[in-house]
Amino acid sequence: MRPIAVFAAGVVAAAGLAACGGGDSGSGSGSGPGYNAGVNEVVNKSDKKGGTLKLAESDDFDSPDPGNTYYAYSQNIARQYGRGLTTFKPAAGKESLEVIPDLATDLGTSSDGGKTWTYKLRTGVKFDDGTTVTSKDVKYAVERSNFSSELQSGPKYFKQYLVDNKPAYKGPYEDKSDEGLKSIETPDDQTIVFHLKEPFAEFDYLVAMSQTMPVPKAKDTGLKYETSIVSSGPYKVDNYTRGKSMTLSRNPHWNQSTDPIRKALPDKIEIQLKQNADDIDQRLLAGSLDMDMAGVGVQSGTQPKVLTDAQKPYVDNPVQGFLRFMSLNVHVKPLNNVHCRIAVQYATDKVAAQTAYGGPLAGGDIATTVLPPSVDGYTKFDLYPQKQAAGGNGLDEATMNKAKEELKACGQPNGFSTKISARSDRPKEVAMAQAIQQSLAKVGIKVDLVQFPAGDYFSKYVGVPKYVHEHGVGMMIMAWAADWPTGYGFLAQIAHGDAIKPSGGNNLAELDDPKVNEGLDAAIANPDKAARMKAYGEVDKLIMGTATEVPLVYAKALMYRPKRVTNAGITYAYGGMYDYLNMGVE
Amino acid sequence: MFPYLIRRLIGAVLMLLLVSLVTFGIFFWLPKLAGQTTDQIAAGYVGKAPTAEAIQDTKERLGLDKPVVVQYGEYLKAIVVGKDYKAGPVTDHCPAPCLGYSYRSSQPVLETLLDRAPATASLAFGAAVVWLVGGITTGVVSALRRGSLWDRTAMIIALSGVSLPIYFTGLVSLALFSYTFKIFPGGGSYLPITTNPVTWFQSLVLPWVTLAFLYAAMYARLTRAGMLETMNEDYIRTARAKGLPEKTVVTKHALRASLTPILTIFGLDLGLLLGGAVLTENTFGIPGLGQLAITSINGGDLPMVLGITLITATSIVVINLIVDLLYAVVDPRVRLS
Repeated sequence: MRPIAVFAAGVVAAAGLAACGGGDSGSGSGSGPGYNAGVNEVVNKSDKKGGTLKLAESDDFDSPDPGNTYYAYSQNIARQYGRGLTTFKPAAGKESLEVIPDLATDLGTSSDGGKTWTYKLRTGVKFDDGTTVTSKDVKYAVERSNFSSELQSGPKYFKQYLVDNKPAYKGPYEDKSDEGLKSIETPDDQTIVFHLKEPFAEFDYLVAMSQTMPVPKAKDTGLKYETSIVSSGPYKVDNYTRGKSMTLSRNPHWNQSTDPIRKALPDKIEIQLKQNADDIDQRLLAGSLDMDMAGVGVQSGTQPKVLTDAQKPYVDNPVQGFLRFMSLNVHVKPLNNVHCRIAVQYATDKVAAQTAYGGPLAGGDIATTVLPPSVDGYTKFDLYPQKQAAGGNGLDEATMNKAKEELKACGQPNGFSTKISARSDRPKEVAMAQAIQQSLAKVGIKVDLVQFPAGDYFSKYVGVPKYVHEHGVGMMIMAWAADWPTGYGFLAQIAHGDAIKPSGGNNLAELDDPKVNEGLDAAIANPDKAARMKAYGEVDKLIMGTATEVPLVYAKALMYRPKRVTNAGITYAYGGMYDYLNMGVE
Repeated sequence: MFPYLIRRLIGAVLMLLLVSLVTFGIFFWLPKLAGQTTDQIAAGYVGKAPTAEAIQDTKERLGLDKPVVVQYGEYLKAIVVGKDYKAGPVTDHCPAPCLGYSYRSSQPVLETLLDRAPATASLAFGAAVVWLVGGITTGVVSALRRGSLWDRTAMIIALSGVSLPIYFTGLVSLALFSYTFKIFPGGGSYLPITTNPVTWFQSLVLPWVTLAFLYAAMYARLTRAGMLETMNEDYIRTARAKGLPEKTVVTKHALRASLTPILTIFGLDLGLLLGGAVLTENTFGIPGLGQLAITSINGGDLPMVLGITLITATSIVVINLIVDLLYAVVDPRVRLS
């Protein structure tokens, strides 16, 4: 999952407080724009320039270097000092999922059956030192971020999909040849051509990653580049000190005529790092801070404060783009039997799990699909419908009976025993596991809870099939967000057979279903977007048909947008936080 | 005096060497004992879904694949002769005494520590002044008016000061004085004294008072107990019998004798605080060593953790030395030997 999602889960979990109130969606009686106004519309629209946009967060970037980051908020804010070939539309809600050209004049032109992608760069784009941006700077940026042995924080999709040199290309720090990676061609200063191993219809999404933000070779300092970033966007980085702060001011060489999507409103952007999370909330409410940059919502202690009538009109409660779910491993008996897995699907009380995680507002909406609603390709369906009992005491008789019938079908009429895992340093996740444990016990499924530290969860325990098999960990709780907001971007790492790894994998169920694999492979090669989106919904149904994943909640957070912030809208492209591209201050 | 100093300094160097060895062992050797492979350690420095190749590259870059003894040797060598660091297309030289490079920021550790130290020193020394003045005065007055309303009130406040955690008192003071009454700036407003002395002072008032509240409470109780004991000594009776004014009896005779244990504790407290006031810095968003320590521990930034440990140990060793020298000044019965 995206580190930001991991981080978000950690931050929200760290507070470890009980559930918020019910899922009330009243608009509040205050006089602001309205509760949830920013979820589907950009709020407080303005073109007013000037002022200082003040951001803060309780942690720090993995790196602000566009070529060495994975965090969603980092990619979101990097667009102020860098321009990728494409980016996501500065809009709110579903519209924000649309990928649009940025440094490129248009979306990519594909040829060779989707294996070759060509982009034309805009003319007149300059770095903050006055030099002109060329296609070579983009090629260099991709080479350094994906092939060097030093920059290891970001994703490596280009390395995975681009045709490699023979012998393998070692990145520009080791390979000093002029040619570099042969599968990225720059026939002239305005043209860049990518040659892929396989057809890949969503390449426009890949180049929306900050790794295509140009880097001038002469100014690259590798691991130290994060303190001397050269900007191609409307703001230049005046300074960045890890753990302290980052300051941006206008890039005098940025030209509005080359940039149809950015408003560049504030004169300055100040980012404070490693601030106290509760104090950040206090400052937001007091109006001395404009945004919590991490975009994970207010702390548990602040939630009641922002839900008062006076504050509620300044609150959004969006889906955060990631799913909390439980994987059922197909090699741990008796979960190797589909009927035993379906029994778990019915007997897992999702309302109890949701309550344990913080309720409908801070925990999320009950999930019935693997794809969350904020991902392109989401289709609403429910293969294992549940009903709550009238007295509010768990699932109703009919749902429990369905589970019991499935248990009979898998030869375990009296239930069975297995283990469920959660991350020990995430109290809410542990609470969720305990709630599931209790609900499964009602049909005779006895589950022992095992806990592992988050840092080693995937690398040492549940992401290591050998460990899972030897210790009989049949059920594993995790959360996942897409690296790019489409069905493939979401599903490839958790449901495709190719994603099963000896350690550090995210396909915890070890699902290797030929139909699912073929469905994903065929979809990503299909240039027809509508057909692709339809296919993702079908693949989702196939996955749910295997009963290997038990979706629990589509994560949500309570986000606060202070009164003076202009152009505030929730972007699904960056995991349900506010879009920073055109944000300004009154 | 001079031979004593030399002996103490040699002892200090040996102590620091031992501290570095133990810290190194804890961070580099214990994980391996606990069954962590170098691959798993290296995976922590790579982004999501690390490939085997990325892990191998990172292991080599950080030297994690070498035996712990070799790594420690290289660490000591860097302190003596400096170290070269390959950051990709550029190579950086960190001159001696080099405490290595951060695993997270690729910046020289010492450079970062020196950048953070002034904030911590500002906080520690300022708070020390407040708590010494407040704590000792309260303690003395309480002892002299034992059992009075003042005494009881002061001790109840002192008890709450000792009991309430800084992240509570800090956030409450911010909520009241920054966001409600707007008297002082909010969290994260610290600026170095060289940048803006006025803001520096304003931003530190609440942290000073919050931190001092905790310590002043302890010092008030300690001073009160010491003073009560001293005021019953024969030499106090003698001083009074000689007709000395009460003020002189209290300050010159009683307080001076009570200061020795306070001085000892003060040395340790200040030394520890100079290594970072973790909770206060985190609560008020002050970019000091304490905040850096937490970040570095969470991020597995071992060279940085080592650096902070050494800075803290150095502070304690140096301040203890100063305190030992001060004993002779404060208490005429003490002679250095």
